Amino acid sequence: MSLDKSEVQKIAWLARLSIDEQDISTYSDELSNILGLVETMNSVDTDGISPIAHPLDLTARLRADAVTEVNQREQFQKNAPLTDNGCYLVPKVIE
Amino acid sequence: MEWETVIGLEIHAQLATKSKIFSGAATAYGAEPNTQACAVDLGLPGVLPVLNEQVVLMALKFGLAIDAEIPERSIFARKNYFYPDLPKGYQISQFELPIVSRGNLDIQLEDGTTKTVGVTRAHLEEDAGKSMHEGFGDQTGIDLNRAGTPLLEIVSEPDMRSAKEAVAYMKKVHSIVRYLEICDGNMQEGSFRCDANVSMRPRGQEEFGTRTELKNINSFRFVEQAINIEIERQIDILEDGGKIIQETRLYDPNKNETRSMRSKEEANDYRYFPDPDLLPVQIEADLIKKIRSELPELPNAKKKRFIDQFKLSDYDSGVLTAQKEMADYFETCVKTAKGEAKLSANWIAGDLSASLNKDNKDITESPVSAEMLGGMIRRIKDDTISGKIAKQVFEAMWNGEGDADSIIESKGLKQVTDTGAIEKLVDVVIANSPDQVAQYQSAPEDKQGKLIGYFIGQIMKQSQGKANPKQVNELLKEKLKA
Amino acid sequence: MHQSTLAQLSTALESNQISSEELTTLYLDRCKQFNGSLNCFITINEELALDQAKSADQQRAAGNASPLTGIPIAQKDIFCTNGIKTSCGSKMLDNFIAPYDATVIEKMNAAGIVNIGKTNMDEFAMGSSNETSFYGAVKNPWDQDTVPGGSSGGSASAVAARLSPAATGTDTGGSIRQPASLCGITGLKPTYGRVSRYGMIAFASSLDQGGPMTQTAEDAALMMNVIAGFDERDSTSAEHPVDDYTARLNDSIEGLKIGLPKEYFGEGLDSNIAKIVEAGIKELEKLGATCKEIELPNTELSIPAYYVVAPAECSSNLSRFDSVRFGHRCENPKDLSDLYCRSRGEGFGKEVKRRIMIGAYVLSAGYYDAYYLKAQKIRHLIRDDFQNALKDVDVIAGPTATGTAFKLNEMIDDPVSMYLSDLYTVSVNLAGLPAISVPAGFVNNLPVGLQLIGNYFEESRLLNIAHRFQQATDHHKAIPEGFE
Repeated sequence: MSLDKSEVQKIAWLARLSIDEQDISTYSDELSNILGLVETMNSVDTDGISPIAHPLDLTARLRADAVTEVNQREQFQKNAPLTDNGCYLVPKVIE
Repeated sequence: MEWETVIGLEIHAQLATKSKIFSGAATAYGAEPNTQACAVDLGLPGVLPVLNEQVVLMALKFGLAIDAEIPERSIFARKNYFYPDLPKGYQISQFELPIVSRGNLDIQLEDGTTKTVGVTRAHLEEDAGKSMHEGFGDQTGIDLNRAGTPLLEIVSEPDMRSAKEAVAYMKKVHSIVRYLEICDGNMQEGSFRCDANVSMRPRGQEEFGTRTELKNINSFRFVEQAINIEIERQIDILEDGGKIIQETRLYDPNKNETRSMRSKEEANDYRYFPDPDLLPVQIEADLIKKIRSELPELPNAKKKRFIDQFKLSDYDSGVLTAQKEMADYFETCVKTAKGEAKLSANWIAGDLSASLNKDNKDITESPVSAEMLGGMIRRIKDDTISGKIAKQVFEAMWNGEGDADSIIESKGLKQVTDTGAIEKLVDVVIANSPDQVAQYQSAPEDKQGKLIGYFIGQIMKQSQGKANPKQVNELLKEKLKA
Repeated sequence: MHQSTLAQLSTALESNQISSEELTTLYLDRCKQFNGSLNCFITINEELALDQAKSADQQRAAGNASPLTGIPIAQKDIFCTNGIKTSCGSKMLDNFIAPYDATVIEKMNAAGIVNIGKTNMDEFAMGSSNETSFYGAVKNPWDQDTVPGGSSGGSASAVAARLSPAATGTDTGGSIRQPASLCGITGLKPTYGRVSRYGMIAFASSLDQGGPMTQTAEDAALMMNVIAGFDERDSTSAEHPVDDYTARLNDSIEGLKIGLPKEYFGEGLDSNIAKIVEAGIKELEKLGATCKEIELPNTELSIPAYYVVAPAECSSNLSRFDSVRFGHRCENPKDLSDLYCRSRGEGFGKEVKRRIMIGAYVLSAGYYDAYYLKAQKIRHLIRDDFQNALKDVDVIAGPTATGTAFKLNEMIDDPVSMYLSDLYTVSVNLAGLPAISVPAGFVNNLPVGLQLIGNYFEESRLLNIAHRFQQATDHHKAIPEGFE
C-alpha cells in the first residue's frame, strides 16, 4: 500500500498535525515504505487466531468508589499555556 | 403519502457514584471550575485510569432490571477525536463487548395498551468537560470538573413510532434508573439526557429512511417537541421530493426548531480500539446472582402490587409508581392512615400533586410529609374532620403551621359530633324555616332528598362546617317527619 | 570511587568510607564535566540531589537506611518527577514541570535514592539511536561518533561513562536492552506489569515497561528490589508476588536448559556479533548449562506487528498533547484547528509524527482489520511461540542487537532500516516477557550484548544467570577510554 499526498494530508488532519507543504512527498514516501514493511504480515495466515490486546491474560481489578483526590488546580494550571478564572482557554469554538 | 415515524433513543444516565469512573476525584455538581479535575481527569502525561467498582455494579443492576444479556467479559475502548473539553484526545467508552447487551422494557401507551421496546445495549463511558463560549472574550473557557464522570449510555432499538412513545420510553428508563438508585435523574443538571434518532418511511415499507440525530435534549417536554418538529421538517422535505441528509441536529427550544450542526460532522473517524491501559472486566455468575437477588421492586411489579394490595385502579397505580419516592410516600401515608388507601391515593394524586406543581416542587421536597398527610386522613376517617375541612387543614400544613392534630386543635376545626349540640342547631333552623318545612313535608318522598339540602346548608353555615354531616342528616330526617 | 557498582557504593556508605553528599558531589562533578560532550542529561538536578544526599546521610546516621539510600541514580526523562522538568525528549514538553511523581520515582525517593538528573532519550521513546531527541543526539562513550542506541540512550551512555552508577530506562521494543548492548552495560526489561507504569509517559501502553540500567546484574537486582511491585494506580500492574531479586543471584546454574532460536542466528546477524554471542553462550555452558536449538518461527513478523501495535497505541496516547492543559502552544493560533495542528506540528519531531500518522492510519475506518487486528493476531502467534519454546527450555539466549553502535546520522533518514535493527528485541515486548542484556565482549572496541529471555516473572532467574556469567567474565567491568 502506498500513501499518496492526499492520504497523507487526510491522516495528518485526523491526527491534527500541520505538515509543511514541501515535506508531504517525503512523508508520503516514508510512510509508504513503513506500510510496505508492515504488510509483510500478510505472509502468514491468521485465520482462527484470536487477537490479543495485552500480553498477559489478566482481568481488571476494580477500585472502591471513594473520593481520594483533593483540589490541585493551582499547581496543575502552572503548566497551562493560558487560563482565566480557573478555566483553560482555547480560541473561541464556534458551534 | 402516509408516513411512519421511526425513533430510537440514546440516553445518557450519569451514574450516582461518589468518585469518577477512572479516578478518585469527586463527582459533586456545581464546584468551582477545574477544582474537581485531578491528574487523571486532566489526562496529564503518564497518568492511568483505574475502573470504579460501583460503576460496574450499577450498570449490571440496570442490565438485570431490563432483562438484558450480560456478557461474561466486557472491554473498554478508546474513541479518538479532538475537542478541547476531551482532555486525552480520546474518550474511554465501550465498543465491542459492552457491559449490558440486548434487553427490553415495557411502556404504557395512552390508549392503555403496553408496548415492548428493545434495548440494543448499554455501555459505560466517561463524560467530557464543559466548554463555555461566553465570558472569555474571543476565547472559550474549559472546565473539566465533569470530565470522567461515569455515564451509562442506553441505546434503544428503533422501536418507537411517535414522539409520545419516545417520551413514554424515556420516562420509563428515568423511572427505572431512579428506582435502582443508580442515577439521580436530574435533567437540569444534565444527569439524564437524550439524543433521538428520527427517520420517516412510507407506511408499510420495511426499510428505514435516512435518519437525523437530535442532540442533547434535556427535558421530557423538549424531547416531544423536538421530535415532532423534526418529523414535520422531514415530511415537508420528503413530500417536496427532497432527500433527508444524515446529520446531527440541535434542538433550539426558544425557537422550537432544529438546526444542522455541520461543524460536528466533518470527517469523524473515531478509530475505536481496545484501551491498552485497561484490562477486560470479568463478570462472574455469582456476582450476577447476588445483584439480581438484591434488586429493588421495580415500577411494573410495584404497580401490580398496588392494584392487588390496595385495590387501586390501573391509572392510580401507574401515577403513584412512576416515581419511587412517590410510591414510598404513598405507602407511608397509607400506613399512617391506618390502611386508607383509596383516600390516600386521591389526596396524593389530587391536592398534594396540585400543590407540588404549583410551587414547582418534587415529592421529596414536599412540606407535607407522608406521615402528616396520613395523620390528616386518619382524622377524616375517624370523623374528627370532614373532607371539606380537611382541605383547610391541608393548606395550613402546606404553609408550615404544624401537623393535622395541632391545626385542628388550634383552629378549632374539630367536627361537632355531640348529638345534643347538633339537635339544638337542627331545632333552631326548623323553627326559623316554617315555609321550607311545609314544602318538605308536602313533597313526595323521592323529592325530599333534594329539599333537605337547604336545612343541611343552614346548619353547616351556623356550625361553620363543623357539624358532622351524617349526624345532621339523620337528625333532620327524624325531626322533619310530619 | 566512580568505578564502583551500586553494591560497592552501598558498602562504602554503610561503612562510612564516604558520605552521600561527597558521593553525590563527585558524580555531579562528572556529569558537569562530561555532559557537554556526551549530552546524556537533559536536566542535572544539582540542588535537589544535594538536598536528597544530605537527608540520606541523616537517614543513614539514624539507622534507617536501605541498601541504596544515598546513592545517586539517573532517571530517564520519561518518568514524571514532581517539581522537575519532565520533557520526554520533546519540544512539546520542554516547559513541562511534572506536578507529581511517577510510582517508580516515589519508590526511589522512599528508598532514599538521590535523583541526580533526568537523562536524554529519543523523543517520546520513539527511536533506536537517541537521535530523535529535541535536546540533540547522545554520544556513545565508547566512540563519540557513534550512537548509544535508544530510546534510553542517555541512561545507557551515563552509566557506561560512569556519570551515574545506575539509571532507569524504559523498554517498549528494546529501549533498555539495545542501548545497554551498544554501551556495554546491563539492562533488564521486566515482565509487563512488574514495574508500575504510573507516571511513566506512555508510548505504547501494552508494551512499555520500566527497568534498571546498571553496570552489573547484581545492581539490577538491587534496583528491582526498589522499583518492582504491584501498584493500584496502574490497572495493568501485576498482583504477582515480588521476589527478593538478590536472593538467588549466586545459585548454581548447573543443569540450566538454554534455548537458542535458530531465527536469532540467521542471515541478519553480523558474523562478528555471532562469534561474541556464541562465546558468551559457551561461557554459560562452562557453568553447567546445556543448550539446544529451538524455533521461534514468527520472529520476522514481530517487526511488522510491532510497527502496527506501537504506532496505533502511540497515536492515541499522544493525542493528549493538544496544548490546552500543558505543553507547547503555537504563537497566535487563528482558531482551534490551527491551535491543534500547529502546536502539535511544531511540538513533535519527525519520527514522532511519522509514528502518529502510521498509527492513525492503521486504526482508521476500513484498515483496522487488515492492520491492527492482524498485528494483534500475530502477537498471539508470537506469544505462543515463546510459550511453546519455554516448555522445553528454561531461558532463551541470543544477541540483543543486530550490530554494534552505528555512526551518528547513519540511519536517521531511513526509518525502515532503523526499525529492522529491533529484530531481536520487539518480540519480547509483544509477548510481555522479561529479558536482560549483559555485556559479552567487543567488536572493534564497541560493546556487544548477550540477551537472555525468561518466562513471565522469572526476573530472578535471569538475574541469577547474568550474575553467574558476570562472575566468570570481565566484559561488564570495561570502562570506555577517557572515563576511567
